[in-house]
Amino acid sequence: MILDSKIPEGPLSQKWTSYKAAQKLVNPANKRKLDIIVVGTGLAGASAAASLGALGFNVDIFCIQDSPRRAHSIAAQGGINAAKNYQNDGDSVERLFRDTIKGGDYRAREANVYRLAEVSGNIIDQCVAQGVPFARDYSGLLDNRSFGGAQVSRTFYARGQTGQQLLLGAYGALSREIARGTVKLHERCEMMELVVVDGRARGIIARNLVTGELERYAAHAVVLATGGYGNVYYLSTNAMNSNGSAAWICHRHGAAFANPCYVQIHPTCIPVHGDYQSKLTLMSESLRNDGRIWVPKKKEDAEAIRAGRLNPRDIAEADRDYYLERRYPAFGNLVPRDVASRAAKERCDAGYGVGPTGLAVFLDFASAIERLGRDTISQRYGNLFQMYQKIVDVDPYENPMMIYPAVHYTMGGLWVDYELQTTIPGLFAAGEANFSDHGANRLGASALMQGLADGYFVLPYTLQNCLADQIYVGKIKAEGPEFDEAEQAVRNRLDSLLSISGNAEGQTYSVDHYHKALGKVMWEYCGMARSKESLATAASEVARLEADFYQHVYIPGKATEMNPELEKAYRLADYFELARLIVADATQREESCGGHFRIEHQTEDGETLRDDENFMFVAAWEYQGHDVPEVMHREELNYEHIKIVKRNYK
Amino acid sequence: MKFTLHIWRQENATAKGSFQTYEIDNISPDCSFLEMLDQLNEKLVNDRIAHPVCFDNDCREGICGMCGLYINGRPHGNDDGVTTCQLHMRHFNDGDEIWIEPWRAKPFPVIRDLVVNRTAFDKIIQAGGYISATTGGVPDANSILIPKHKADQAMDAAECIGCGACVAACKNASAMLFVGAKVSHLALLPQGKPEAADRVYKMVCKMDELGFGACTNTYACEAECPKQIKRQNIARLNRQWIGSLFGRDRKK
Repeated sequence: MILDSKIPEGPLSQKWTSYKAAQKLVNPANKRKLDIIVVGTGLAGASAAASLGALGFNVDIFCIQDSPRRAHSIAAQGGINAAKNYQNDGDSVERLFRDTIKGGDYRAREANVYRLAEVSGNIIDQCVAQGVPFARDYSGLLDNRSFGGAQVSRTFYARGQTGQQLLLGAYGALSREIARGTVKLHERCEMMELVVVDGRARGIIARNLVTGELERYAAHAVVLATGGYGNVYYLSTNAMNSNGSAAWICHRHGAAFANPCYVQIHPTCIPVHGDYQSKLTLMSESLRNDGRIWVPKKKEDAEAIRAGRLNPRDIAEADRDYYLERRYPAFGNLVPRDVASRAAKERCDAGYGVGPTGLAVFLDFASAIERLGRDTISQRYGNLFQMYQKIVDVDPYENPMMIYPAVHYTMGGLWVDYELQTTIPGLFAAGEANFSDHGANRLGASALMQGLADGYFVLPYTLQNCLADQIYVGKIKAEGPEFDEAEQAVRNRLDSLLSISGNAEGQTYSVDHYHKALGKVMWEYCGMARSKESLATAASEVARLEADFYQHVYIPGKATEMNPELEKAYRLADYFELARLIVADATQREESCGGHFRIEHQTEDGETLRDDENFMFVAAWEYQGHDVPEVMHREELNYEHIKIVKRNYK
Repeated sequence: MKFTLHIWRQENATAKGSFQTYEIDNISPDCSFLEMLDQLNEKLVNDRIAHPVCFDNDCREGICGMCGLYINGRPHGNDDGVTTCQLHMRHFNDGDEIWIEPWRAKPFPVIRDLVVNRTAFDKIIQAGGYISATTGGVPDANSILIPKHKADQAMDAAECIGCGACVAACKNASAMLFVGAKVSHLALLPQGKPEAADRVYKMVCKMDELGFGACTNTYACEAECPKQIKRQNIARLNRQWIGSLFGRDRKK
C-alpha cells in the first residue's frame, strides 16, 4: 500500500491557492453526466451534496434516519471556530492553524490544517447568507466566545444549539437541491457494502431500513460522511444510531484506517448514574468560559459530599481546589479537552471526586452569576442549564453542576490524502469519518468547522479534479459480477447473524448485552489512561466477547422487515473488529500524545510525553481478513512551517 | 418503580394494529422514558415474548427530533418543554398505567409500532423553507447587520426540531406551528426577505397538498411543543401569507 498524501508544492500559505489554480475542472455540460453517492447527511455530507448538486453533478444522498435533519451534527452545542478576527484580539489564519496543530499535539498534517484555517472565514459567510441566526451584539454585529486551547475569541455560536443551526442551514441548502432535482434523497437507508470495480469505488449496496430490502446504487465516485466510531465504547455522547460500519466496510475493501487510537474524551459530561443508561449527555465546553471546575481540597470533605452529609455550597473558598486554574494558570479552565479530562480523572482517582460514585467534579457558576447576574448566564447557557436540570433533577443556578469525562469524538478515521480521497480511488471521506485535521486531539468548536470546510469548500474542488477523466467512462450501471457479489455478501452476513440464535447452546443474550460489555472493556482498559498491560487485557477481553457474541447472541425477527435489533447486531459485529484495531494501534504507539495517554510515557507532573523521534507519523492500517492482524503503514509527518515544541498550557 | 404499559403494536403500514399490555418492574426514577422502553425490549428479547417494540430515537438529548411518542394522551408525555427522550420516570407514580401510541395524523402514516413516516415535513421544507445561497460568492458575514432582538426572535423560531408534536397535538393535524416557525425564522432576517413572499406561498400550498389541516386557534401545538415555539409564529405566517397574495412574483 502506497500512502501518497499529494500535498502540493510551494510555501504553506500558497498550497491551496496553487492547487485550485492548477486543478482540472469538469465543464457544466459534463457535470450532468457524472453521478456521485454521498453517504451521511450531517454537516459534511449535507454541505457536500448541496454544493455538488448546485455545481450540476447528479447526487444520491443516504441517511439512516427518517430525515437528513436528524444527523448527529445537530447535537453540537458550543460553536464553530473561524479566523475572522472580528474581535481584534490577535486572531489570524496563521494563529488558528498554529492553535489547531498544537492542540492536536503535533500529529496532524500541516497542509490540511492550514487549508482548514484558510477557508474557515468563508464558512461563516456562507452560513450567515443561509440565515443561520448566530448570536449578535447590540450593534448587530456577530458575537464571539472562547473555547479551549485558544487565547482569542474566535468561536461563533447560536445559543447552545450551534450544531443544530448549522445543520439546518446545510439541510436547507440540501432541500433546495432536492427540489431542483440535482440531489436524490434516500432516507432510512443504510450503506451495507461498497462496490469496487477494477480497483475503483463504483457504488454501494444499501439496506432499506423499513422493508429490509437490499438496493443497488452505482456512481462515478462515493463520498463517505458517516461520522465517527465513538459508540464502540457503548456509553458516549454520540447518538444511538451513530456507528462506524460504513467506514469499516470501506476499510475491509482496502481503504486504510488511520490513527484509530485517537479518541477524544470530553471533560464536561453528565456523570454515569446507572446500568440501564443508554448514552451520556454532553455539557458544552462553552460552559468553561464562565464555570469554574473544582473539587474539595480535603478528602474528608469529598467523602462527606459523596455521603450526602455536606452541601458543596458550605465548603469555604479556601477549602476548594480549582485544580485547572492551579495547574494551568495561563489557560485555566480553558485548557484543551484531553488535558481537562485527565486532570479530572487524576483528582477522582486520588479520592477527591464527588457525586454518589465519586466519579464527578464540580462545574460551578456561583461566581459568574454573582459577577454577571442570573439573566446573563441564562441567556448564554439557558438551554444547557435546562437540559441538566431535566436529566439530573438539580437546579444548576443554585447548586454546582457535577460533570465527568466521556467519550465524545474520534480523531482517527479513514486515511485520506490532501484531496480527501482514501486509498481506494473514487472513494472520498469527509468530516469526522476521515482522520485528517485534528491530529491526536481536536479543539472545541473545530468539528463543525472541519465538517463544513470539507463539504462546502474542499470536496467541490478536489472531486472535480479527480473526476475530470471520468467523463470518458459513461454511465455506471448497477450490474455486473461485482454488484452481484457485493449484494450476496450482504445477504450472507445477515443470514449468518440471524442463524446464530438457532444454533446456540445454552443461554442467549441480547445485542445490547454484548455492546455494553464491549464498552466497559474499552473504557476500562483502552480509555483515558492506557498501559501495555491494560491493552493486553483489552485485546483478550475483546476477543473473548467477540467469540461469545458469535455463539450466543439472540437476534429476533427477519432480515426482510424493520428490525432494529438486527441493525444493532451488524453494527456491533463491525465494532468488535474496530475495537481490536484501536487496541492494536494504542499498543504500537509507545508514547503519549493528545487524547492517547500511555501511563508509561508521562512527565513528572503527569503530562503527556511525546516521542517525536519515533512516533511522528500517521499510523495507517491495512485490513488483512477477519482473523488476521492488520498491517501498519506509516505516513511520516513533516513540519516545514511550524516549530515543534512541547505542548504547554501552563 | 413498576408500570403497566399499554403499547400500540402494528406490524407494518398495512397491518391492523392493537394495544398490547406489558408489565415492567425495577425501573429507576432517574431513567428516561426511552431507557425504560429499552429495558422492556431487553426483556421481550431475553424471554422471547414478542418482537421488540419499534420506536424512533437517536440523539437522546432532546435536539434531533427523532423521538416522539404519544404518552397518556399527550405528545412527549406529561412534562413541559421536553422531548420523549428527556422525559424521566420520576414524573410518573409507582404502579402507573401508561398508554403509549404513535403520532396520530393522516400525513404521518405508521410504519411499524410507534414509528411514523414524517417525510411530509421534509417535503414542506423542500417547497421553499430555505434561503437560496449557492455555495461561495456570498458577502462577508459582518456586512449584514441584524438588530440583536431580531436575531434573537429568529433564533427562537429556528429552535424547532421538526419532531411533529405540534401536528400530533392538533385536532386538525395542522402543521401551522412547524411552517410558521420556519417562515418566521427566515422572514425576520434581512437575508430571507427577497424570497419571503414566494417562500410562504409555496410552503403553505405544499402543506395543504400533503393533507395537513388548518389552524383553528386552540394552541395545543404551542402547549405541547418541546421547544416551546410560540403561536405568534402562526400569526406571522398568516400575515406573510396574506402579503404573499399581493407581493409574489406570479410569473414564477
